[in-house]
Amino acid sequence: MLDSTQLLYPGSVQRYDELLEPDGSIREHWRALIDHLANGGADAARRSVELTRRLIVENGVTYNVYADPQGRDRPWQLDPLPLLIAADEWRTIEAGVQQRAQLLNALLADLYGEQRLIAEGVVPAELAFGHPNFLWAAHGTRPVRDCWLHLYAAELARAPDGHWWVLSDRTQTPSGHGYALENRAIIARVLPELVNELTVRPLGAFFQALREGLMTLADDESSPLVVVLTPGPFNETYFEHAFLARHMGLPLVQGQDLTVRDDTVYLKTLLGLRRVHGILRRLDDDFCDPLELRADSALGVPGMLGVVRAGRVVLANALGSGVLESAGWLGFLPGAAQALLGEPLRLPSVATWWCGEEPALEYAIAELDRLVVKPTFPNQRFEPRFGRDLSSEERALLIERLRSRPYAYVAQERISLSQAPSWRAGASVRLAPRTLTMRVYAIATAHGYKVMPGGMARIAADGVVDIVSSQRGGGTKDVWILPERGNEDLSAALDTLPTRRMRHDELPSQLVENLYWLGRYSERCEDKARLLRATLTMRTSAAVWRNARAQCVRFGVLPKEGDPAESLFDDAQEFGLAADLGRLGWCATRARSVLSAEHWRAISVMQQQFNAAGATRDDPLEALDGLLVALSALSGFALDDMTQDDGWRLLMLGRRFERVHFLVGLIADRLLEGAPLLQAELEWLLDVGGVSITYRTRYASIPQLTPVLQLLVFDETSPRALCFQWIAIRRALAELAQSLGVAPDTQLEQPIACLIDMAGANMAEEGNGGDARRRALSAALAELSVAVGQVADRIALRHFSLMDLDMHTVAS
Amino acid sequence: LTTVRYAVRHETLYCYERRVAHAHQQLHLTPRSFARQRCLEHGIQIDPEPAVRNEYIDAFGNGVTRVELDRPHEQLQVIAQMQVNLEAVPELPVDEGEAWEQVRDQLCYHARTRDQDCLEAMRFKGESPYVRIKRVFSDFAQDCLVSGGSVLAVASALMNKLHEEFTYTPGATEITTPLLEVFHKRQGVCQDYAHLMIACLRSAGLAARYVSGYLHTGAQASDGNPSQLVGADASHAWVSVFAPPHGWVEFDPTNNLLVQQDHVALAWGRDFGDVSPLWGVILGGGEHTLEVRVAVHALAAPAPA
Repeated sequence: MLDSTQLLYPGSVQRYDELLEPDGSIREHWRALIDHLANGGADAARRSVELTRRLIVENGVTYNVYADPQGRDRPWQLDPLPLLIAADEWRTIEAGVQQRAQLLNALLADLYGEQRLIAEGVVPAELAFGHPNFLWAAHGTRPVRDCWLHLYAAELARAPDGHWWVLSDRTQTPSGHGYALENRAIIARVLPELVNELTVRPLGAFFQALREGLMTLADDESSPLVVVLTPGPFNETYFEHAFLARHMGLPLVQGQDLTVRDDTVYLKTLLGLRRVHGILRRLDDDFCDPLELRADSALGVPGMLGVVRAGRVVLANALGSGVLESAGWLGFLPGAAQALLGEPLRLPSVATWWCGEEPALEYAIAELDRLVVKPTFPNQRFEPRFGRDLSSEERALLIERLRSRPYAYVAQERISLSQAPSWRAGASVRLAPRTLTMRVYAIATAHGYKVMPGGMARIAADGVVDIVSSQRGGGTKDVWILPERGNEDLSAALDTLPTRRMRHDELPSQLVENLYWLGRYSERCEDKARLLRATLTMRTSAAVWRNARAQCVRFGVLPKEGDPAESLFDDAQEFGLAADLGRLGWCATRARSVLSAEHWRAISVMQQQFNAAGATRDDPLEALDGLLVALSALSGFALDDMTQDDGWRLLMLGRRFERVHFLVGLIADRLLEGAPLLQAELEWLLDVGGVSITYRTRYASIPQLTPVLQLLVFDETSPRALCFQWIAIRRALAELAQSLGVAPDTQLEQPIACLIDMAGANMAEEGNGGDARRRALSAALAELSVAVGQVADRIALRHFSLMDLDMHTVAS
Repeated sequence: LTTVRYAVRHETLYCYERRVAHAHQQLHLTPRSFARQRCLEHGIQIDPEPAVRNEYIDAFGNGVTRVELDRPHEQLQVIAQMQVNLEAVPELPVDEGEAWEQVRDQLCYHARTRDQDCLEAMRFKGESPYVRIKRVFSDFAQDCLVSGGSVLAVASALMNKLHEEFTYTPGATEITTPLLEVFHKRQGVCQDYAHLMIACLRSAGLAARYVSGYLHTGAQASDGNPSQLVGADASHAWVSVFAPPHGWVEFDPTNNLLVQQDHVALAWGRDFGDVSPLWGVILGGGEHTLEVRVAVHALAAPAPA
């Protein structure tokens, strides 16, 4: 138990403090939180920080930074302490954001239609026509119910006087609401009692409304298909795309999953083309259609604008909505609100002067010291500059620049951001102030715009400064909106979204391909890990070691030269275990939208542990032990945690095919060699095959070739045996064929029958008879392996072939 | 002044190395009708027959044909044929008209209602995908921007300068060559000349459009001398400048002349990207070869109306 005053920091005179009154006392709506922290004491605080950090890593919440030299996903930064907003204050923000969304929607409709506001001089033509996201190709299009803006985000900051101001508007593909939801899920586990005690307003209904909104706008179909369109795993917020898709039960697709035929968008699925009615896009405006927009975009869908023109798809947000993402508009919004809504703008924007107006330019130059100069358009290469930080030379250069292209710059007042407490759990636990901005979201519904009762607050990485950015390494906070007094939010209990299962005809081919390869790499890693472990264990037995090592070299898991224990972790070894684990992770990333949170966590933890072991390289055997446990868990998830649809069937087929190839590779060639298999080598084989214990319990004798082969090849009850794979493959192929309405692939029947004929034959016999039998078995295995390869190729051709062709543009 | 009638045949043939599985093509091959030009008839034949074909008018008033080919094909042939009447463009005294600074200021934002001509011009004064506005262009244009000079005088001087300092070199650039690279190479084709002139005019705050079309060279040009003009064997491109009170005046910087009665206009936009005659996105196909043939014939003078 701590004294709550010990936790506090001194207030600020220049900034608004979210927690403290000007006299240093705690604001009313924060009291319960602070008391809770004080009661929990230092240990509880440290546990909160630790738990938050762990949940982020385990849930795999990441934010990719292109400039990151490591090229890796960076863990999301989340402060365990939420930002608290009282009910009455929230009402003001909510009404302001609502009105702003409505205004910006009306402005878009005007810019892409009549352009009355430009003609009347309410807004400058330059801001629209000079913006790279003003799409002339979209001019004259009319989205369903004139809804341009389905999802909108406002970036807010609180000035020292306590009022919230809009810093910027996000109208193209606003991001962060998925992170907000994930933040809430994590903080609800860190501070569960408080979430209940304060009856914090839940977020789930917002996402339900977003999905339902798109569904109802999408034509009159009884079951419209709505997809989430992502630029792909390299995008900085890919985590969020996958998370939203999974949360809302919508397929996550990339441009190449979609195709336009006769002014209609289709999804390429396992069952062929399926019409798409709505697209929640995370792809930028100008990348959406290489036919009419950026020709160099391989991410888009050629013909998309034609579909928009024909009114046959709902795009959220409509193409061209990015034109409003410019600070230049801010100063013109009060006039636009009067002209379009006939009412004053409720939520003010931070004071901004667009230099394209002569008086604004002169003012900006005169007041440069207290202003920051920013580019008007997002495609300009110009970092914001603070007037007061410039040398006189830099200042002269900047002024010259402003005068030569005034319309390309805006000058903005600097705002002193407010500060809120964050946990510093060092030697002594206490709170430290961090400056913050807050992103708030609105969505279009049949009953107007609805605002998410929460948001994503971003805090400065260190201390109190006036620029906050995830790109620059700041953190985030969950935002808790407190309920109206006496009117507690009853929907708290309903904060889970009823999951909508993806229909099997909505499985994108590409997703299925990734699942298939996830299956193959999972099995491949398991086989290789077992091979390596058995081999490294055998190091002391010289005769076996030579053979075993040669096998490892053949499988590509060890180099011809060098220390095997060292090369284990070397991902430059093309077919090595480390490289295959990387591929497994890549496939999982691309299939993430259909993996459960636990499934994903198992993969992510497995990779971290292997990387950690690779960093020390202390004990390769221990690392392999750990890895094998984790890989078995993956196989468990595949069996017990996934919907058994066609995607799952292909994942399992991937595993089975891989296992067949591995077993054949392990045994077939060895049988052709003259040298008999001695006991130590048979033990090694059993260990590689993962059946040592089964052998011991079943045969209670030292290993002999015939029973070893029985267990590795012919046994239909041992899950690691080849014939067991066959039974599973046959069933999956039959189910897949039935679901697709085609005849099952029967190519494997004959080679399998041939193989099974040899079950029980004495393979250990020396002399010509034994040699002939071993050769025949080897040949039958090799033939089966080839046939499996062909069946796999046919599956790839049938289900994935739509992806194979390159798309390019031609012009004359 | 007499009306001239032209017949144009524009043939495009793509041969692909491998089969194209599916293609979307967008065609700007319908001649516009405007003050000096009237489209009498036009047609576009496409082989193989498209699965879907539709037409619409784009934001700049151009007729666009969109087609979709859904059967595998190894070549694509497009033949556009048209007949147009061209009126003679009245001789304009280059030094008359509003000063360029005045036009520039008029095109800037003022919080008041604007007339249609001005609004139209405002569409063509900003950056566009193929025409970025860079310092080098305003520096290049500097000595053409004589204080108080008319827009026509500025544009003529600029056209002269471009013609002097740049060399017309077929094959020197491609559609994707950035304009800055063209600028530094000092070589290009008609599309580059047009983009360069537009970039210079826009960097001075003036409005300019990119016009795509054809040039009639015949045995003799309209001035009676044997033709030295370039741009006859393919589609051509030039520039239209907003020059009140004359309205839009067309310049052909590749040939260093004011457009008179030899230029058949197909379409105009901010730059090539808005009006490229044929633009497609294909699936498959591999490498391809492209053949373009353009023939412009003067027909017998039409009977007086």
